[in-house]
Amino acid sequence: MRMLINVPETVVPDALRGMAAAHPDLTVDVENRVVVRRDAPVTDKVGLVSGGGSGHEPLHAGFVGPGMLDAACAGEIFTSPVPDQMTRAAAAVDAGRGVLFIVKNYTGDVLNFDMAADLAQDEGIQVAKVLVDDDVAVTDSLYTAGRRGVGATLFVEKIAGAAADEGAPLERVEALARKVVESSRSFGIALSAVTTPAKGSPTFDLPDGELEMGIGIHGEPGRERRPMMTSHEIADVTVDAVLEDLRPSGPVLALVNGMGATPLIELYGFNAEVQRALTERGVSVARTLVGNYVTSLDMAGVSLTLCQADEELLRLWDAPVRTPGLRWGM
Amino acid sequence: MLDAEFFRRWMLTTAAAVDREADRLTELDSAIGDADHGANLKRGFTAVRAALTEEPPQTPGAVLVLSGRQLISKVGGASGPLYGTLLRATGKALGDDVEVTDAALRAALDEGVGAVAKLGGAAPGDKTMLDALTPAVAALGDGYGAARAAAGKGAEDTIPLRARKGRASYLGERSIGHQDPGATSSALLVGALADTAEAVSGD
Repeated sequence: MRMLINVPETVVPDALRGMAAAHPDLTVDVENRVVVRRDAPVTDKVGLVSGGGSGHEPLHAGFVGPGMLDAACAGEIFTSPVPDQMTRAAAAVDAGRGVLFIVKNYTGDVLNFDMAADLAQDEGIQVAKVLVDDDVAVTDSLYTAGRRGVGATLFVEKIAGAAADEGAPLERVEALARKVVESSRSFGIALSAVTTPAKGSPTFDLPDGELEMGIGIHGEPGRERRPMMTSHEIADVTVDAVLEDLRPSGPVLALVNGMGATPLIELYGFNAEVQRALTERGVSVARTLVGNYVTSLDMAGVSLTLCQADEELLRLWDAPVRTPGLRWGM
Repeated sequence: MLDAEFFRRWMLTTAAAVDREADRLTELDSAIGDADHGANLKRGFTAVRAALTEEPPQTPGAVLVLSGRQLISKVGGASGPLYGTLLRATGKALGDDVEVTDAALRAALDEGVGAVAKLGGAAPGDKTMLDALTPAVAALGDGYGAARAAAGKGAEDTIPLRARKGRASYLGERSIGHQDPGATSSALLVGALADTAEAVSGD
């Protein structure tokens, strides 16, 4: 294991201390692992709180700021935060108009956010929840805990964040977030396994010349292993997997998302193939984002997320945002 | 009769077992999960150990409720709420009695396991901690040793199962052939109960 760390136990707080030093717009509570925008609670604004295991940076703390999240809770690596963190975050951002919890569909995240919502409501904070479950690799939901929440989380946080910035009430922000979830699907592939600091060796063995299809963002293997393919072929498989589940009748938002260890030159090359594949299938792309946004530590690989976008969603997508990980228009 | 000291020893024995087996739990979790079950439980039971030392509760129920609360606020993931709920629900079912009978513990554990099933929406056969806990509680009527054996067998019996809950469920068919880490740690908890009972009766 060669990692730029001190000891596995302090990886998360060490990163939060560095994040605080780099981003004075954020209030970082290192001990409780809660990151809040410095001007919170913002008067007359619904608060947006998300969070999850660490190791997916810039998700979630990197999306805290005007136009997106008000607070994020960082769990241990790939482990959801605990309810105390979320209730603390909710209290910090509630301006009296309620708080929306944005939760990725993983059992741990769901259970902890559920407990946190109960606790926050006991303290008089109005809480709504939206569950992100966009991963089409998990097809047979009868035999799983439902589909995983992956790349669409960024779309939900950005679009709901813009709506909250405009002063929309909690019910409206929640409804928009749900609409984004329902309009979004993702599929991911891995070119390498993940090494977590706690384990110190790759979580699974992926020989040269093979790839994992249908991975999530936690270093777990995917649904099947295949011989290595070209970017062109991977784009076809990935686009087909997403479109099999999402049949967009209009333009889409596209997120070509690196898993952490794949360089931008490969991601841009892959995006060229994705755009080709979508054009060939008659799907027009309204906006594209390429980069490492919903990552999985040092995994090499890529995921594609598409969201069918109407005019309202596009307008909210284009609205100004200023966070460490996503920033435009302000 | 079982007093608060018995339950404190049970929790400390569990903490020691988790320390000892943490690497194995993480190894099992790396096959079908995300390779952190051992590290996470270790962090939780380290907090349990500290809390029980700092403010030793006076009743069996309070020992379990305090332990469960520590797990919920320190572990995260799914195992924090699930183990936390198991101990809290069991502790609450024991009530405020200063000493409880074996039968009362059996009934309370049955409630605790029920609370876990409800929270996780899982049933035996889904390749979860319930596959160790459910047979263990059923076997408790035959003694603590029988419960330990049943939990151990239940954990091993998860190997051929296909996971339907938790992160392993996303692997579908590929979850088959691996022992479930949650069932394995549950077997440690039951084993620690049997160890404690045997140590106490041997005193």
